[in-house]
Amino acid sequence: MASSDVVRQMDKNARPLALSGHVGFDSLPDQLVNKSTSQGFCFNILCIGETGIGKSTLMDTLFNTNFENFESSHFEPKVKLRAQTYDLQESNVRLKLTVVNTVGFGDQMNKQESYQHIVDYIDTQFESYLQEELKIKRSLHNYHDSRIHACLYFIAPSGHSLKSLDLVTMKKLDSKVNIIPVIAKADTISKSELHKFKIKIMSELVSNGVQIYQFPIDDESVAKINTAMNGHLPFAVVGSTEEVNIGTKMVKARQYPWGVVQVENESHCDFVKLREMLICVNMEDLREQTHSRHYELYRRCKLEEMGFRDTDPESKPVSLQQTYEEKRQEFLGELQRREEEMRQTFVQRVKEKESELKDAERELQGKFEQLKRMHAEEKSKLEEKRRSLEEDMSVFSKRRAASELLQAQTFNTSSNNKKDKDRKNSGFM
Amino acid sequence: MDTMMLQEKLVEKLLCPRTRTTRQKDKQYVGFATLPNQVHRKSVKKGFDFTLMVAGESGLGKSTIVNSLFLTDLYKDRKLLNAEERINQTVEITKHTVDIEEKGVKLKLTIVDTPGFGDAVNNNECWKPITDYIDQQFEQYFRDESGLNRKNILDNRVHCCLYFIPPFGHGLRPVDVEFMKALHEKVNIIPLISKADCLTPSEVKKLKGRVRDEIEHFGIKVYQFPECDSDEEEEFKQMDKELKECTPFAVIGSNTVVEARGQRVRGRLYPWGIVEVENQSHCDFVKLRNMLIRSHMHDLKDVTCDVHYENYRANCIQEMTSKLAQDNRTDSPLPILPLPTPDVETEKLIKMKDEELKKMQEMLEKMQQQMHEKDQ
Repeated sequence: MASSDVVRQMDKNARPLALSGHVGFDSLPDQLVNKSTSQGFCFNILCIGETGIGKSTLMDTLFNTNFENFESSHFEPKVKLRAQTYDLQESNVRLKLTVVNTVGFGDQMNKQESYQHIVDYIDTQFESYLQEELKIKRSLHNYHDSRIHACLYFIAPSGHSLKSLDLVTMKKLDSKVNIIPVIAKADTISKSELHKFKIKIMSELVSNGVQIYQFPIDDESVAKINTAMNGHLPFAVVGSTEEVNIGTKMVKARQYPWGVVQVENESHCDFVKLREMLICVNMEDLREQTHSRHYELYRRCKLEEMGFRDTDPESKPVSLQQTYEEKRQEFLGELQRREEEMRQTFVQRVKEKESELKDAERELQGKFEQLKRMHAEEKSKLEEKRRSLEEDMSVFSKRRAASELLQAQTFNTSSNNKKDKDRKNSGFM
Repeated sequence: MDTMMLQEKLVEKLLCPRTRTTRQKDKQYVGFATLPNQVHRKSVKKGFDFTLMVAGESGLGKSTIVNSLFLTDLYKDRKLLNAEERINQTVEITKHTVDIEEKGVKLKLTIVDTPGFGDAVNNNECWKPITDYIDQQFEQYFRDESGLNRKNILDNRVHCCLYFIPPFGHGLRPVDVEFMKALHEKVNIIPLISKADCLTPSEVKKLKGRVRDEIEHFGIKVYQFPECDSDEEEEFKQMDKELKECTPFAVIGSNTVVEARGQRVRGRLYPWGIVEVENQSHCDFVKLRNMLIRSHMHDLKDVTCDVHYENYRANCIQEMTSKLAQDNRTDSPLPILPLPTPDVETEKLIKMKDEELKKMQEMLEKMQQQMHEKDQ
C-alpha cells in the first residue's frame, strides 16, 4: 500500500545504472492494471443533502443508470443513512459501486445532532476495515472495502451563502472524508449570481478552515486540467434522467416553458466537469487519499486511544507486539486483582452470613427452651388439676358408698324392725 | 378570455366614478345612487394602509418578490449574515414603511420582514417572536380602540402573511407546518412556492397538489378566497375558480429588466432562455399580484379585522372575566382596562356574573348563620 507522496530516496547503497538494452520491466504497470482489472474496482460515494435536493437524480445521471430510489418524507425524526450497492460494467472494467444517501437530513426542527449520524457511519466503516487489518487470519484482497471514498455535499441554491447547517456539517467531516461540494438544482441561478455565489461559498469555507478535496496537481499529466477545475469549485450541477429532442439528438435535459436546460452542455451547468473529475480522472486518487490520509488518521487516533504508541516514554521505538504484550500483561494483572477482590468480598459475605445464621439459631434455641418450659408448667398445672379432680371423685365415691351403706342399713333396720316387730308380735303370743 | 384584460375591466368598474346614468327625468329620482362615488372620494382623500408580512428561510427570494410586487426597491441597504453568524441566530422583526401613490390613490405600505427565521441550526419555536409581534399589534389596537381619544388610531395589525415554501423538497417540511399552525388563527396566511424556475410544469403541478394535500392533512387554515356572488359574470366566476385551483402560487421574482421578444420586461436571463416574471405561462406572479393588490387587498383587511382580531379580542375578554370570577373579594368586578363604553354583550356578561356572585355570597352568609345557630 504505497502512500501517494512517496519520494524516491537516493539510497546510499544503490547507484543508478544505465541499461544497454530493453529489459522489459516497463510492462510492470500493465501487469498491475491487468491484475486490478481482473479483480474489479470498488468505489463508495456518500451523498449528503436535504430531502428532495436531487441526490438520487444526480447519481442516476452520473452513472447513466436507474438506481431504484424512492422518495423520502420530510418528517423523519432523525437523520438516517441508506446504503445500496450495485455492480456496474463498462467495456471490460467492473465496478462495485456503493451509494450512501442521507435520509431526512435538514428536515428536523433541531438540527444540532444531524451531523453525528453521518460521522458515526463513516467511523463505523473505518472501524470494520481496521478490525479486518488487525485480524490474525485476514483476507484484505477479498475484503469488500466499504470506506467512503468521496462525499458529495449538496448545497441548496439560495444564491446568498452557505446555510449554517452546511457549515457545521462540513467542518465535522473534512478530516474524515474527501468532501466535494456541489451546488444542486443550479438551473435556478443565473450566471452572474452563480459567480458571486461560488465566490461567497469558497470564501466562507476558507475563512472557517474547512478543507475540501482539492484535485491533485502533482501529476504532470493531469495537473493542468485539475488546476483549472479547482478554480471552478463548487460545481453547479443539474441532474436529469429524462431525454429531450434537441435538433436531431436525444439529450438529457429539463424542459421548461422558457427553454431547455441541457445537462451535458458546459455552458448550462458544470455536470460534465463533475463527471470528468469524479470518475474519469481522479477516482483512483480519491481512493488513495481515503486510504492514506483519512483512514490512517482514524487508525492513529483509535490506536492512541487504546493506549498504543510508537515510542515509549524513553523515546525508544516500541513495536506493536511489545505494546500488545504489555497491554495483555496489564490486562491479565488487572483481571487477577479483580478476581482476588471478588474472592475477598465473597469470603467476607460468607462469614457474615454464617454469623447471622448462628445468631438466628441461638434465638431459635432460646425460644424452644422457653416454649418447653411453658409446656412443662402447663403440664404440671394440669396434673394438679387432675389430682384434685380425682380426689374429688374419690371423695364423692366414698360419700356415695357411705350413703348407700346408710340406705342399706336403714333398710336393714327397718326390716329388722319389722322382724323385731314380728318377733315381738310373735313373742307375745 | 384573457384574464388580465378581465381584471382590468373589473378594476375600471370599481374605480371610475359612476356617472349619473340613472338620472331620470321623472320625479322619483332621489340621488343616492351617487353614494359609491362619495365613498370613493372620501377613501381617496383618507388614503389606505396595508401591512404585509413575509416569512420564510433566507435565500428564497422574499425581498425580490416584494420588490417585484410593488415595483420599488425596499431593500437597498440590506446586510446579509454569513453562515457562521447564522448558526445561533434568533428571529428578528424589521419593518419598512413606504408611501406610494398611483392615480391619486395613496397607499401606506408596511412590510414586516422576519430575518433569521429557520436559519439557525436549532429552530425550535422560531416562530415565537413572530406570534408575539402579531399579538402585540392586536393588543395595541385593542387598547387604542377602548381608549377615550380614538381619533388617531394607528392600525399596525398585520393584514397578510406571505409564507415562502422552498421548491427543492417534496412538499411541506416540519418547520413550515409548525409555523403555519402557530399563525393560521392570527393572520391570513398565503403560502407561496418560491423560486419556481427550478420546476418544470409537471413538477409544479405535482408539488402544488402535494402542498395542498398536506395543508389539508395538517388542518392548516390558509386564507380562502371569498366565494363570488351568484350574480357575477360567468367569466369572473371562471377566473375565480381558476385562481382557487392555482393555489399555492408558484412565483418567480426579479430585480432586473431584460430584453425579451423585443420588449423590456422584468425577468431572469439564463443561457437557455429568459424567464419572464409577468408571463402567465412561466409562473403565477401575475395571479398573485392581482389577487393580493388588485382584487382582494380590502378583503384581506376585512378578514383580519372581522375574524382574527375579533377572535383575539374575545379570547382576551374571556380570560379577563374568568380571572375576575375567581377573585371573590370585590363585590363589583373592576375591569383591568378602563372600559368606559363596554360592549352591550360584555356589560350583560359582567352583570350576570355580578348577580351570580351576589347570590353566592348571600347563600354563604345564610349557611354561616345557620351553623352559628346550631352551635348555640
